[in-house]
Amino acid sequence: MSGPLITAHQLVKRFGDFTAVAGIDVEVRKGEVFGFLGPNGAGKSSTMRMIACVSPVTSGELRLFGLDPATHGSQIRGRIGVVPQMDTLDTELTVEENLRIYGRFFDLPRAECRRRSAELLEFAQLTERASSVVENLSGGMKRRLSIARSLINEPELLLLDEPTTGLDPQARHVLWDRLYRLKQQGVTLVLTTHYMDEAEQLCDRLVVMDQGRIVAEGSPRSLIEQHSTREVLELRFAAGTNESFEAQVAGLGDRHEVLPDRILIYADDGEGALAAAHARGLQPESALVRRASLEDVFLHLTGRTLVD
Amino acid sequence: MSTHRLATPGAFRVLTWHLVAYKRFWKANVLSSVVQPLLYMLGLGVGVGALVDSNTGSSDVLGGASYVAFVAPGLLVTTAMALGAMESMWPVMGGLRWSRGYHGIIATSLTPRDIVLGHGVWMVVRCGLASAAVAVALACFAETRSWGLAPGVVISVWVGLAFAMPIMAFSVNAEMDGSFAAVQRFVVIPLFLFGGAFYPLTQLPAAVAWVARATPLWHGVVTARQFTQGTVVWAAVLGHLAFIGLWVVGGTLVAERRMRKKLYQ
Amino acid sequence: MSGLLFRIAPPVMAVRRPHRMIERHLLAYRHQWLIIVSGFFEPLFYLLSMRAGLGDLVGTVRFGGAEVPYDQFVAPALMASSAMNGAIFDSTGNVLGRLKYFRLYDAALATPMTPADVAVGEIGWALLRGQLYAVSFLAVMWGMGLIGSPWVILALPACALIGFTFAAIGFAGTTFMRGWQDMDIVNTALMPLFLFSATFFPTSSYGKWEWVVQLSPLYHGVALVRAANSGVWTAGIIGHVAVLLGLALIALAIAARRLDHLLRK
Ligand SMILES: Nc1ncnc2c1ncn2[C@@H]1O[C@H](COP(=O)(O)OP(=O)(O)OP(=O)(O)O)[C@@H](O)[C@H]1O
Ligand SMILES: [Mg+2]
Repeated sequence: MSGPLITAHQLVKRFGDFTAVAGIDVEVRKGEVFGFLGPNGAGKSSTMRMIACVSPVTSGELRLFGLDPATHGSQIRGRIGVVPQMDTLDTELTVEENLRIYGRFFDLPRAECRRRSAELLEFAQLTERASSVVENLSGGMKRRLSIARSLINEPELLLLDEPTTGLDPQARHVLWDRLYRLKQQGVTLVLTTHYMDEAEQLCDRLVVMDQGRIVAEGSPRSLIEQHSTREVLELRFAAGTNESFEAQVAGLGDRHEVLPDRILIYADDGEGALAAAHARGLQPESALVRRASLEDVFLHLTGRTLVD
Repeated sequence: MSTHRLATPGAFRVLTWHLVAYKRFWKANVLSSVVQPLLYMLGLGVGVGALVDSNTGSSDVLGGASYVAFVAPGLLVTTAMALGAMESMWPVMGGLRWSRGYHGIIATSLTPRDIVLGHGVWMVVRCGLASAAVAVALACFAETRSWGLAPGVVISVWVGLAFAMPIMAFSVNAEMDGSFAAVQRFVVIPLFLFGGAFYPLTQLPAAVAWVARATPLWHGVVTARQFTQGTVVWAAVLGHLAFIGLWVVGGTLVAERRMRKKLYQ
Repeated sequence: MSGLLFRIAPPVMAVRRPHRMIERHLLAYRHQWLIIVSGFFEPLFYLLSMRAGLGDLVGTVRFGGAEVPYDQFVAPALMASSAMNGAIFDSTGNVLGRLKYFRLYDAALATPMTPADVAVGEIGWALLRGQLYAVSFLAVMWGMGLIGSPWVILALPACALIGFTFAAIGFAGTTFMRGWQDMDIVNTALMPLFLFSATFFPTSSYGKWEWVVQLSPLYHGVALVRAANSGVWTAGIIGHVAVLLGLALIALAIAARRLDHLLRK
């Protein structure tokens, strides 16, 4: 199979007369890690649910493995793994039973379910908790179990809706490592995230969504190059006074953005911009030079920040 | 606490918490509280009653009363029992585990004791409403209409508490393993059926009858029946009520101890 | 024709793996076997109570041209009612929880399972559980000497049909529920069925209102089980089967459609 794994053409999702996804075009190739980035309500989950063949397409064309979800949903779902935004673990079962019964939903033989469950428990570092009731797991453990469960059918394509939301930084890094290993095994990954660092770490290619539309597309690097400068200077003045400094920072860099809590100055040479600011007599409470990130791209594209 | 007295006792502030949640459901709830006993009266009372009353000899067993008149106080008291038991299972577990409302309550100046007593007051309100609804339904039939229904409601509430408080104590430490279904099926339903509401205990094997006599339900039913049939013996009434009271007080004490342990662990 | 079929049964309606749902329940109930076991006792308690308490009071009932002892009259009806209760219990509260609160079906539908697999699986499970109770109830009836004819073995398929019908109705109804508070409606709806389906007294007691009883689906179930136990088969049996089957199929179609609508948003 050499064509793209997923193709979406003018894909639309409406709930009543509210349009959650307003005609997007996406292509995901085999073996790549593809990301959907966007603020709350952008339509990421709606898109993911259509791709997962659990939400009917309102209009437009969607194909997975060349098949139409409307007619071959069951077959397609048999070849993919899904980690929904909210865990749907079976709270009446133990950790290990969750994996096992899920495998049965995919028609795997019992012995095979047991074998893979044991492997995946290892993968998710949950072997010690195998016989705990799911209710008693921590949030991070539940998330890892969700991911392990989605792998029970050895999917060719894995869909992850905000896989790391609610995890502490360490748990997040463990998870990134696991996803990276899957990628090396040739699994195609599609994920959504609010986190720019996550997208930068994991994604080969991504689209930025806002209000149901795709506002930018490309590799993390190319997006940063197109929509930002190499470096960013962040200046913080006394609370509530940022606005009043707008005129004084003009021209320090290529562009600037005034946010409620800080001013961002886009410049290829951040240190130079900071020196220039000091030269103008500006006395910020704090100043920070950092590399540009997808956060800045998003801010530029939508005029809004992406912190939740 | 001695220097700073609260304006309203804690239990009543917990009651307000219950009332707020109930506001959304009370209409449907009151409706089913009236409809269900009416149906029971029409079904068991009138339908089965016709069969019983046409059988010569039954009237002696029932102490001369018609079957409907015999069953009426039983209906009153079993309604309160079922409600008191029901509302002290899932809602208590919910307050501790899912909605975690109890944790919210003790984050204020209120204590586990207030939660337990507040639940008691709440059960008085709920059982009172439900058995009053039954009394209204019973007053619709000439055979069961009597002023004895009014003290019957009070007795029902007392019985409701005698189930609510011990079951609350049980629910605090219950697991989601079907133990509530077991309480329902091995305590509430057998008592409903064998507790003296639908026929005198003399109909039952002696051993079963004695078990029934040990529970608060039977005491409530016979006391309420004395009032509806106008055969009140005050000494007996006091004795029965005191026995039921043992269950209320015992249940409350255990519930409080367990609740404290659970919430402050 | 194929176009019509396609509309009635689009691909999402394909039923391939309903047994996987049952497999999951078998696993889950291993931790909650008490719920399963206790379900058997409810009709048993009713039967014992009716036999010990009311049996004496009522004496015999005139039914089908003969005087029948009360316990023998009530037993088949209790068997039918418990088939109904079991099926409803499994297809309303449990399904509501899995649908709205535990999101079990969301998880299942991310796999090759379809909404129709889920619906058929749940109804199949309710049926299985019902058969378990029916078989044990039959054993108890046998032990108590309440079996009237060897035909009684046909009471098992009759209970399966009752279970199927009510599981489908319960499932369809549950897809319209807003939350736990609506379970009250279920209880209020079940009670008149339980009381007025010629369960506790014969239809002749209703006089000129006898026809109303025919509206109760349970009545048709009770009639089937009674016919099996007495071994007297009439042409009316076909009517009873047709009513139950018809209702079941309509409810099943509604259930599968609604489930698709709810889960595949
Ligand atoms: N089942 C539904 N019914 C009605 N509206 C819905 C439904 N699901 C989503 N929406 C709406 O569609 C829009 C997009 O939602 P979606 O869940 O796709 O956003 P998202 O990008 O995943 O956001 P988040 O980052 O918060 O998860 C939102 O405005 C949401 O309210
Ligand atoms: Mg989302």
